[in-house]
Amino acid sequence: MPKRTDIKKILIVGAGPIVIGQACEFDYSGTQACKALREEGFEIVLANSNPATIMTDPEFSEHTYIEPLTPEFITAIIEKERPDAILPTLGGQTALNIAMKLYESGTLAKYNVKMLGADYEVIKKAEDRGCFKKAVLKVGLDVPRSAFAHNLEEARKAAQEIGFPLIIRPSYTLGGTGGGFAKNMEELEKVAPLGIESSMINEILIEESIVGWKEYELEVMRDCKDNVVIVCSIENLDPMGVHTGDSITVAPAQTLTDREYQMMRDASLDIIREIGVETGGSNIQYAINPENGRMIVIEMNPRVSRSSALASKATGFPIAKFAAKLAVGYSLDEIQNDITKETPASFEPTIDYCVVKVPRFTFEKFPEAKDILGVQMKSVGETMAIGRTFKEALQKGLRGLEIGHIGLDNKLNYKDISDEKVQKRLEEPNASRIFYIKYAMQKGWSSEKISQVTGIDIWFIAHMAQLLDFENELVSMQKKNGQISDKLLRKAKEYGFSDPQLAEILDITDLQVRQLRKEKGITATFKLVDTCAAEFEADTPYFYSTYETEDEASLQIQKISSGKKKIMILGGGPNRIGQGIEFDYCCCHASFALKDMGYETIMVNSNPETVSTDYDISDRLYFEPLTFEDVMNVIDVEKPDGVIVQFGGQTPLNLAQRLNEAGVPIVGTSVANIDLAEDREKFSALIHQLEISQPPNGSANSVEETIEIAGRIGYPILARPSYVLGGRAMKIVYDQGALLEFIKEAQEVSPGKPVLIDKFLEDATEIDVDAVSDGTQTFVAGIMEHIENAGIHSGDSACVLPPPSIPENIIKEIKETTCRLAAALNVVGLLNIQYAIKGRKVYVLEVNPRASRTSPFVSKATGISLAKIAAKIMVGAKLADFNLSYEHLSQLQYFAVKESVLPFSKFSGVDIVLGPEMKSTGEVMGIAPTYGEAFAKSQIGAYQSLPKEGKIFVSVKDEDKREAVHLAKRLIDMGFSVVSTGGTAKVFRSNGIAVVEIDSSNQGKDTFSNLMTLIKNAGIALVINTPSGESSQYDMRSIRAAAILHNVPCITTLQGAWAAVGGMEACKSKAFTVKSLQEYYKLRDCEKIAS
Amino acid sequence: MPEELLRFSKRITMNDAILFLEDGTHFLGQSLSHVGETAGEVVFNTSITGYQEILTDPSYAGQIVTMTYPLIGNYGVNEEDIESDKIHVKGFVVKEFCRVHSNYRATQSLIDYLNTNKILAIEGIDTRALTRHLRLKGAMKAIISTEDFDLASLSNKIKDVPAMDGSDWVGQVTTKDPYVWKAEKAKYKIAAIDCGIKFNILRILNKLGCDVHVFPASASMDEINAIKPDGLFVSNGPGDPSAVAYVIELLKKFIGKLPIFGICLGHQMLGLALGGKTYKLKFGHHGANHPVKDGLTGRIGISSQNHGFCVDVESFGDGEVEIVHTNLNDQTVEGIRHKKYPLYSVQHHPEAAPGPHDEQYLFARFIEMMEEQGA
Repeated sequence: MPKRTDIKKILIVGAGPIVIGQACEFDYSGTQACKALREEGFEIVLANSNPATIMTDPEFSEHTYIEPLTPEFITAIIEKERPDAILPTLGGQTALNIAMKLYESGTLAKYNVKMLGADYEVIKKAEDRGCFKKAVLKVGLDVPRSAFAHNLEEARKAAQEIGFPLIIRPSYTLGGTGGGFAKNMEELEKVAPLGIESSMINEILIEESIVGWKEYELEVMRDCKDNVVIVCSIENLDPMGVHTGDSITVAPAQTLTDREYQMMRDASLDIIREIGVETGGSNIQYAINPENGRMIVIEMNPRVSRSSALASKATGFPIAKFAAKLAVGYSLDEIQNDITKETPASFEPTIDYCVVKVPRFTFEKFPEAKDILGVQMKSVGETMAIGRTFKEALQKGLRGLEIGHIGLDNKLNYKDISDEKVQKRLEEPNASRIFYIKYAMQKGWSSEKISQVTGIDIWFIAHMAQLLDFENELVSMQKKNGQISDKLLRKAKEYGFSDPQLAEILDITDLQVRQLRKEKGITATFKLVDTCAAEFEADTPYFYSTYETEDEASLQIQKISSGKKKIMILGGGPNRIGQGIEFDYCCCHASFALKDMGYETIMVNSNPETVSTDYDISDRLYFEPLTFEDVMNVIDVEKPDGVIVQFGGQTPLNLAQRLNEAGVPIVGTSVANIDLAEDREKFSALIHQLEISQPPNGSANSVEETIEIAGRIGYPILARPSYVLGGRAMKIVYDQGALLEFIKEAQEVSPGKPVLIDKFLEDATEIDVDAVSDGTQTFVAGIMEHIENAGIHSGDSACVLPPPSIPENIIKEIKETTCRLAAALNVVGLLNIQYAIKGRKVYVLEVNPRASRTSPFVSKATGISLAKIAAKIMVGAKLADFNLSYEHLSQLQYFAVKESVLPFSKFSGVDIVLGPEMKSTGEVMGIAPTYGEAFAKSQIGAYQSLPKEGKIFVSVKDEDKREAVHLAKRLIDMGFSVVSTGGTAKVFRSNGIAVVEIDSSNQGKDTFSNLMTLIKNAGIALVINTPSGESSQYDMRSIRAAAILHNVPCITTLQGAWAAVGGMEACKSKAFTVKSLQEYYKLRDCEKIAS
Repeated sequence: MPEELLRFSKRITMNDAILFLEDGTHFLGQSLSHVGETAGEVVFNTSITGYQEILTDPSYAGQIVTMTYPLIGNYGVNEEDIESDKIHVKGFVVKEFCRVHSNYRATQSLIDYLNTNKILAIEGIDTRALTRHLRLKGAMKAIISTEDFDLASLSNKIKDVPAMDGSDWVGQVTTKDPYVWKAEKAKYKIAAIDCGIKFNILRILNKLGCDVHVFPASASMDEINAIKPDGLFVSNGPGDPSAVAYVIELLKKFIGKLPIFGICLGHQMLGLALGGKTYKLKFGHHGANHPVKDGLTGRIGISSQNHGFCVDVESFGDGEVEIVHTNLNDQTVEGIRHKKYPLYSVQHHPEAAPGPHDEQYLFARFIEMMEEQGA
């Protein structure tokens, strides 16, 4: 069936801010969809609140709305744009939920907007547990056995019928209390009565437990003609009980016979047809009992998902792109397989390699949270590795995680770990279990025992045992002969051992290992990802490294021989807090810009969620870990004319020095100048020379020196390790005891590197500047004022552009200083500087001669693509070529607010107070004609809507009390009532402000629970709580935690509170307007011409 | 070293081995404990799962099979997933054999299975490079040896290896004596000409209510008529269809007399019996992911494929034969039917094993033909 002609304008809804469970895979799918549908001539309206995405680039759609993703705002966009259809299946759960609500409210019907991909009934059938279960049973498939019970007798009977182990879930309880697990009748007799009692209707659901079963996933696509294909099968290494996003997963499925695999395939076909997903991709999850093969259907997502991004990268089959084409009427056989160019998309990819995905966790950012894994996802990113064997892919994946492991290595000495600890780390799924499996083996545990304790299939364990076994062989040969044979060295590389791993074994440096193996002709070969296991010719520019006989990359390079100059871009690796989608945005833009200039671009990255790892983006893609060795292997085969290290965040920057030493041509700001900016001492000297102010500081190499410097500067100080991103381990330290604790952590995070100490400027205003420079001229593109105090990591702080409260002369000083610093550092490319303003004095806090987290935000807010300009400058263009003017930026007729989104609700027990270590996972942008409106939009976009009425809890530190009086007055004028604690309440009362007081003395436990109850019962609509000093911060912890748990916005600075007041005023006064970026830019350009 | 580790380090005895191709290309690897020399045509199969079915598929007689998926043996072998009573491949080429398999149905490891059946298998091969080579140069003869590493000598030997085209391989795999697979509730009686029939065809026909009387390929018309069949089935099998003249002649006699259904080699022989021509494909279709379009419904099925020869679309002159199924990858013929007579045949494998079950519905079309004939 050809393309539908009844629709012309399509609304695509994105996924909003990056949160745990919904990351940049939806930027990948949304970007693909925009491209695919514009290719077909459709007019695209795009809505997404996340400015760091590539899909929100104005080039990717006709109408780009960076607006909050709520039904209200999407309705406003629909009202304005009148699209013919909405495509809700590419923007994660967010887009799906919004589309459902718009259908339910009648909005879609009112404006005659059709749902593409899946309609209301289909989504409901797939998402509603009851409906889904019914559908599954209808097609003759299995679900977990279960029964209801109302008394112990019934419970016993049900248990006998179902069989142990069992999960007991009381019906209608708050927060799942009273549930439990029963392995036998005795346990059931304990758990069941409790459950029945805690249920409001005295009912429990007794369900068979499938924890520990094998977990699988199939990616399915269906077209309007009912053709269905399976794109990929995935097997989880971690068994049922760990969220699939937190599991190490492998593609394709390894331990299914064809008979079992086809049974699963048949089931998927039956389910997608029964549910009725009309077109597009879905994934279906299964559990298999390892004892008898019994297959249970767990759930289905009737949309593209994180797994479909993974499946696309794992196979080369672009699910989202095809889903978009299917949604507008094409059938699979009418779409060409991009890769072979001669066969249709109506086939099933087959692969001739093994893919391993490893989740990346950041528990180190939340020391109070346990790193135990369960059914709620906790990982913030992932890396994917491709190898010819599982062993190779696993080792590549582990070193690609960038958490200090160089493979399945010996980071800890197994002898130092107790048996109890090993037992515990194996039993309870956790972030480092994979390494403890090795320690257990080293301690002599059998594979069978490890498999039994962990529930991980023996197949995986046995491969790990093979790796250890081989490692032992290497060690003993080295011991015996003082060297290892060529044959064994080659085998080691085939097994995925990294040069640093071999260096440890051979007791030489990794460079020497590299030298040694190159002498012996043991070099990496690159293989193509081609969807068809080499059955058809393919020119896909998508490679992975392995150690085999034939190198296809050099064959392809030879064949193409475009004669163009080549630039290689190093990506950012797995997402983590502090390094995410923003850097992928910059890498993609560099690729676009350089292609535009006639360069051949080469992307190296290991993150399957990203747009940069779409084989469509660059001329060639290498899916590789971002380590020195792996990058050098690509450089050896590509011999690029230039390598860009300043766009992928800290990951490539950390490699810059070594690449430089290896003679790699790094373009842009020189490595020496990057180092000059990073090295505190050298940098301080420079600052001094330029006569710029900097908070008193020092850099220490020993514990004694650290204490000495801190004493000299005076507490509080800001202490941090060097060479880290996202403020890793950075702390505001109030005394020596805390300082010693900090030093210990700093050594772990950045071993051997100096510790940096700054005087902490309390209550200063922080400014972020993004600029681009060609070495002589500098353009300051964005000056952002932080809404939070200095001392809160810039990545967590809300900020606004243009700065509303900074006087003209200070702005001027900031611009001049930025230009002087850029010149002094000879910056060629991007530059980010953080300033603090205290008492009208400007201090430089930090200079980063690289892409910053705010680069995409500034680009979206101003319409100037910073990364593109910077990339062009790096290869020789001059600023003058771009016709940029400073003036229009100061005349912006709108405000853009960036607000961060925090993951606290996922980590129970963690205090939500912000500090110098970054904790947010994502960001949103609010853009509007007034500051208040823009702030309010940013809050709504971050899903913490500001209240229009109700009680506001205010409790502030002493320094803030005076200003809080003004704030409280204003709140009362606006019709809110104020609730407060002792000190603050007293100040309010003495200033004539009506306040409800709550006792917050240390004994006032009951009062806290009162407050929690207040918040719970939605009596409190907003919390304003500014904590002071480290010790008293703990007092209010439960308040903030309760606020987060109950989704009540919580503001921790007075600046934030004032911004909120502005926002609430905007909310109350009138309805919000929506405007596309294209309209804003047009407005700006008109102003420019007028002026 | 802990005992468990010793178990893994207790390596299966490995021997250096060579895979030598007709054009002089060679790959070095290791054989499993079975040693010696074997020769045949080397083909690649792109199925990820189903190695046991592939090994026991009689259509692979005379061939050395290389699996494009690099990890083979993951789920061991079992008693059920066999497609005939023995392994038919002449040799087996993989990247890595699995040392510790895992599956609840497994009764033996693949390595043991190959060793006990004395199949020469070689691992440690860059199977992707081999596959690319075969795609570019076409399927060719090959030798696996653990004894002779002399390239000149291997080059000489390979000249004597019989080619697939022009020779009759059916005679080597067909049953000596007729046998019957009885259905639980039989409605139809089918005569099946065994050119290398896969068990799954028998399983499916049984399930559909057919008693299947399996005849040697050399059976006569009278022998077959003696059981008074409702339909005739002609099976898959190895080699060149044009070399099996006796079956083609037999089929000619039955066309128009009995409902006939053919699969793979059977389809090719029916094509020849109807006056068409066949030709050898460059590197054949061997895998489980080929899209096939049914011209009657427009539906696309993902099919299991295993053939080196193909029926020529252009060769049916008089318009009595209708092309019903087409391969969407290369537009080759995937299925035909006769406009007047109850005759239907397909190039791919609706019985799958291994592969997707999308095309299984074709067996029902055979049943329909018999029904229409008033069986």
